[in-house]
Amino acid sequence: MLKDITIGQFFPGDSAVHRLDPRVKIVLTIVFIIALFLAGGPVSYAAVIAFLAVVIGISGISLRLVVRGLRPVLFIIAFTAVLNLFYTPSATGEYLWQWGFLHISWEGVKVAFFMVLRLMLLIIATSMLTYTTSPIQLTDGLERLLSPLKKLHAPVHELSMMMSIALRFIPTLIEETEKIISAQKARGADFDSGNLIQRAKAMIPILVPLFISAFRRADELATAMECRLYRGDVGRTRMKQLHIERVDICACVIFAVVIGAVIALGRYGL
Amino acid sequence: MSTILETRGLTYVYGAGTPFERTALDHVDLKIQKGEILGVIGHTGSGKSTLIQHFNGLLKPASGEVLLDGQPIWNEKGKCARETRFRVGLVFQYPEYQLFEETIARDIAYGPTNMKLPQDEIDERVRESMDAVGLDASLASQSPFALSGGQKRRVAIAGVIAMRPDVLVLDEPTAGLDPAGRDEILSLVKRYHDQSGATVLIVSHSMEDIARLANRLLVMNHAKILFCDTPREVFSHAEEIVAAGLDIPMITKVMLELKKRGHAVDTSVFTVAQALEALRACKRKEAAH
Repeated sequence: MLKDITIGQFFPGDSAVHRLDPRVKIVLTIVFIIALFLAGGPVSYAAVIAFLAVVIGISGISLRLVVRGLRPVLFIIAFTAVLNLFYTPSATGEYLWQWGFLHISWEGVKVAFFMVLRLMLLIIATSMLTYTTSPIQLTDGLERLLSPLKKLHAPVHELSMMMSIALRFIPTLIEETEKIISAQKARGADFDSGNLIQRAKAMIPILVPLFISAFRRADELATAMECRLYRGDVGRTRMKQLHIERVDICACVIFAVVIGAVIALGRYGL
Repeated sequence: MSTILETRGLTYVYGAGTPFERTALDHVDLKIQKGEILGVIGHTGSGKSTLIQHFNGLLKPASGEVLLDGQPIWNEKGKCARETRFRVGLVFQYPEYQLFEETIARDIAYGPTNMKLPQDEIDERVRESMDAVGLDASLASQSPFALSGGQKRRVAIAGVIAMRPDVLVLDEPTAGLDPAGRDEILSLVKRYHDQSGATVLIVSHSMEDIARLANRLLVMNHAKILFCDTPREVFSHAEEIVAAGLDIPMITKVMLELKKRGHAVDTSVFTVAQALEALRACKRKEAAH
């Protein structure tokens, strides 16, 4: 069950998508999400899907992995679909199906379908960002993008450092959790039976050791960072400088054309 | 001696169907005798930790079966009885990281409580297992987190002993301990074995530690059993063990080196006393020529 969590996972590669500057990737992903909500009809959605498919193709990330990223949010997608399906009023007053206060209109079906499509594309696009960008690059890019906020005394560096540490420790903590679960199962722990309260109580033998080990790790990491004279942002230089390359400019141009077309198509309701 | 645990054609594959697919156990046939101390040796990734997690049904074999007292632990419906977990007690690596209760006594009682034993029986078992691992009874109401690393590990081992398992499996019980702590843990395991008559399995990658303790050694290499025999018999294949990337006891190394230099010594020894005897025998032989 824990193996399904793909958030923050990175799959190393050497494709053009992998090589893009993280700042460019973050900005393009945000623009892509905005475009998703401006796309109006089947034609513009088809264009968005085709574009995303090409990006996935170039990146060399397997389709199965992309689909697996959807699994944790399946419930939210299904929930959205049901709400939209039943609660969209019909423009003409005609309903396909009615039962008490529940009704399904043709508009409802359409809205639900596009909403599900939108959510799925949104998740896929953002997971493509994390799949092809290492956590270090990602937070580096984010820090550089947000650096204007430093003028307002926002702790941009600290935030991005926290984020990279958090991302770094997700797999470690998952592994740790699995180990603790096995150890408690070996002592006869039962997580699958009993009522809700009993099941919640059964989690204590997992959560206490997990928290203790997380604190211990945090403490060790803090000491290790201090030993290497970490003192925040001031005077800190980078081993890898970010540079905008030709591939970044090409990506931006292609992106501008596709997204421009999608928005234009969307305005005409296509 | 009768067999208590047996595996037949046991195979396990990690990450089946993904690019990370790896066979961790490959048709392992093994018989563990009732009451013996079996040392399990192999370097990292040889499949030893995977093997022991099959003994109490934590992992389900991809194919093959595991038999406890001649009965398969997985039934036809693909279920494993929870009782198996109590009969085969498994102490994981770094078990001190699984402690969670407010007092030592309550942490040790976690296993017996899960067995749904009556309270007085649980209290009795807590007392008994604290004694077995050499923890003073006055510690019972203290927090386990206030203890030293070595003592925490004893609490964790006591937590498994309290289930009174027929088979006690310890995964690297001495990892990360200093030499004194290591000897203490090993001698308490030996004492527990002698007093309770339980079958004991110790996983380690230190030959030195368990060669002295075990009746038999199981050497794992590349998901398969390389040897499973008495220490003497296993170390007579010392060259092959070294070739598999495993360490052999220091004294066995000395004997191997002597043999390489043309002395007809017995290389299957693994203690200094045995070595002395072997050297004397060799000297007599050489003098006779």
